[in-house]
Amino acid sequence: MKCDKCTKKATVHLTEIVDGKAMEMHMCEECAREQSAQMEQQFGLADLLAGLTDFGKQIPEVDKDAAQCPTCGLTYEDFRKFGRFGCSQCYVAFKPQLKTLLKKIHGSNDHLGKKPVRLVEPQFPAQTLTVATVTEEAVAKPQPETVESLRVEMQKAIKKEDFERAAQLRDKIHQMEKGQG
Amino acid sequence: MNLNDLIHSTGQWLKGSGPHANIVLSSRIRLARNLTGFNFTNRAQKKDLEAVLALVEQAMGRIALFKDATFFRLHELDNIDRQFLVERHLMSHDHASNPQGKGLIVSKEEALSIMVNEEDHLRIQVMQSGLDLDATWQAIDAIDNALSDQLPYAFLSECGYLTACPTNTGTGMRGSLMLHLPALVMTRQINKVMMAISKLSFASRGFYGEGTQAIGNFYQISNQVALGHSELDIIQNINGLIRQIIEQEEQARQALLVQNRAALEDKICRAWGILKNARVISSQETIEQLSMVRLGIDVGVIQELDHKVINELFIMIQPAHLQKIEGKKLGTAERDTKRGQVSRERWKGNV
Repeated sequence: MKCDKCTKKATVHLTEIVDGKAMEMHMCEECAREQSAQMEQQFGLADLLAGLTDFGKQIPEVDKDAAQCPTCGLTYEDFRKFGRFGCSQCYVAFKPQLKTLLKKIHGSNDHLGKKPVRLVEPQFPAQTLTVATVTEEAVAKPQPETVESLRVEMQKAIKKEDFERAAQLRDKIHQMEKGQG
Repeated sequence: MNLNDLIHSTGQWLKGSGPHANIVLSSRIRLARNLTGFNFTNRAQKKDLEAVLALVEQAMGRIALFKDATFFRLHELDNIDRQFLVERHLMSHDHASNPQGKGLIVSKEEALSIMVNEEDHLRIQVMQSGLDLDATWQAIDAIDNALSDQLPYAFLSECGYLTACPTNTGTGMRGSLMLHLPALVMTRQINKVMMAISKLSFASRGFYGEGTQAIGNFYQISNQVALGHSELDIIQNINGLIRQIIEQEEQARQALLVQNRAALEDKICRAWGILKNARVISSQETIEQLSMVRLGIDVGVIQELDHKVINELFIMIQPAHLQKIEGKKLGTAERDTKRGQVSRERWKGNV
């Protein structure tokens, strides 16, 4: 099947129900991601699409949602759920995502207002400035993954009916068990 | 400051003076600020909250502008006292409902209040009577400068003051005006006006704050955008919008007087009759009748009252105020009786 928007192969399939009418969309990963950016903040569809495109990935690359603030531990995914940052350093950790977000909210991302009398910049150690561009592996995980923790996560995924994620975890568990055996 | 001393008076911002005080009850500006080195409140440990409280209290002691202000630790106040402070517009419902690790600074005249550890470490608020955002800005700017000289504000040159919610990022400023618009409601033009406001990126709320319905024909209008404009530009935009709304309300009042004077006078005088005589009255009804009496003062139907008496009653007839006046807990029915009494006595000038 071909993508609705271009000629590439469609790998993301979405059924949207509006006023009881089902509408099917078939898109390639690129177009789906673009569509997801356009629909951000609407009906949570953006999250759905973003989630779908992430699962389709063959080669792990920079994952927007996996970006994590090194100071307070908030991930960008958490932020999308709660809508609140955890500390001032989140503004550095999520800098690339924030540029778009602030522009969407305020129509601008340049501060033109006042400054504090006593400016304490630079507030952040230089190495944290690169956080948002590091790969998933480099983001400090609070605990090393174990077969047990993966099983718990898999159960959670099944409960959420997130079967693709569950399947990924199952494969990972198999691999780890093989490695151990 | 002892909260019991405040029972029979209200804040300076309700005195009913200042430009366009007939339509604009009050001008309010709030600034959201955070300190570096501590997680924002939603991810802070108890010890962080305590440290922020201590830092702010120390800073306050070093700033002359705060010499008449009081610092409250909210967990030391009981439920009614916390509710009492909410009813006086000095803090939010959220701040009152979960008091651990939270603080509040209130100036003597209640023009200034600072919530410590609400959504942001600091929520600085200044309120004034009438339409005067410029004076309000000057006051809050001075306080903010003094605080930023003592405390390490979280700030980045490119995106401004860093706040927990990205809708406040930048100036961290929200300017709000509390408007009394009975004629626009009566002539059924209010929805049109409110729709235009939301299209212009302004928000409208009720008298009792975020998430409350418009009641008593009060509408609180505020800016939504906090980044990409200077504070003075934002204020100028609000002023421009408010002037138009004031003009429309004035026109609607004239139209009501010209087209149906007798009906309007009747509505006003009945409202006053109820407030002067009711023995049992709900807060909803009191607020609606007070709104009519307030309009009566503006259009000259009621000449023996001033705005201050009415403005203060909007605050005094709320549950925690009634309970503090009575000095004990009251149920709904008891409050309705007490409310009738407070309202009646107010006209005699006895409360």
